[in-house]
Amino acid sequence: MCFVQNTRGLRSQLKDSVPVTGLCPQAGPYGVQDSLRRGFSSVKNELLPSHPLELSEKNFQLNQDKMNFNTLRNIQGLHAPLKLQMEYRAARQIQRLPFLPSSNLALDTLRGTDDTIGFEDILNDPVLSEVMGDPHIMTEYKLGVL
Amino acid sequence: RRIMATVSVCKYYPGGFSFDNCKRNALLEADISKLGFSSPAARKTGTTICGVVYKDGVVLGADTRATEGMIVADKNCSKIHYISPNIYCCGAGTAADTEMTTQIISSNLELHSLSTGRLPRVATANRMLKQMLFRYQGYIGAALVLGGVDCNGPHLYSIYPHGSTDKLPYVTMGSGSLAAMAVFEDRYRPNMEEEEAKRLVRDAIAAGIFNDLGSGSNIDLCVITKGKVDYLRPHDVANKKGVRTGSYRYKHGTTGVLTKTVTPLNLEVVEESVQTMDTS
Repeated sequence: MCFVQNTRGLRSQLKDSVPVTGLCPQAGPYGVQDSLRRGFSSVKNELLPSHPLELSEKNFQLNQDKMNFNTLRNIQGLHAPLKLQMEYRAARQIQRLPFLPSSNLALDTLRGTDDTIGFEDILNDPVLSEVMGDPHIMTEYKLGVL
Repeated sequence: RRIMATVSVCKYYPGGFSFDNCKRNALLEADISKLGFSSPAARKTGTTICGVVYKDGVVLGADTRATEGMIVADKNCSKIHYISPNIYCCGAGTAADTEMTTQIISSNLELHSLSTGRLPRVATANRMLKQMLFRYQGYIGAALVLGGVDCNGPHLYSIYPHGSTDKLPYVTMGSGSLAAMAVFEDRYRPNMEEEEAKRLVRDAIAAGIFNDLGSGSNIDLCVITKGKVDYLRPHDVANKKGVRTGSYRYKHGTTGVLTKTVTPLNLEVVEESVQTMDTS
């Protein structure tokens, strides 16, 4: 969680219409409706978030990045966010094998979140997750051979 | 090649809060009242916390009762949390939220001060707290009184669960805040001496303890000055548990013995084995 938040850049994010996409497909991990976690299947279930914070938390990092790039563009010109976004794209590609979680150290350093601790480091740490994808199938899926 | 219907392709989830069970909880919540049960209540600290700025620094005070609905869950819990060597924070509201929030901010402040090489400022802690609480739109129920002494002098902030903050010379929070504020409004004056400030905070917390059901037990104080912190726990045991006035045990010989039979049990040793314990 970056604590040096860009709170004055919010005004650049005002838009008239917000695109609404389906939140989650009704199918769970086994291909059928996961009634225990998501409730009975209905159109309303798919469109409305299960918690008011769900949408904002899912897009939090994205919105922060957008705001920062906008501010940077207003201050320094178009080249600054372009160069930074190129670096972000390069850093985002430094991953481990497809079934292993990566620490994203380069990306964190670029964002400045490498010396902050937030809820994403304490709760639901992907390193400690109980399920893992099947290594062979995930590699084939990533390479497009599947 | 057939694709097996198992968890074969796992998407990577970044961690943090998971909202998977919210819909299930909402459904259960709706049905459970029909069956006559009630869902478990979070442990709150229904509290009196307060702080005052005096001549050389800041005095923070808190009661020590934690409630879970109508039951006292903890008679002597510690509500004054450490943030940094010169900054302490009292927390009211949901106990887990205040605990985790103050710990996260404490860690972040430590990393920040290592990175800047300076003693952290109270305004930094305040800004970190308010940005985090606003991000979660009040769902993290933590009402905090943040106080400390830094290079610019003593500072005192009150932070509300939705993320608004106030910088004031005296603040109170929690369910007993009105009782404590009444004492403050009556007797506060700027630039008090240390003993007078400690007495004022002690009396304000005592007012909360005796007039509010959500606060009780002892009074904790934390006196922060430039270079020194006095964590007085407990400063004052306002509610002593009663002592039994008499002994209700029966004397030996109250019950008369009518008959006495002794039956020896003949046991023989069948097998003896020694198992060494690893005490390393």
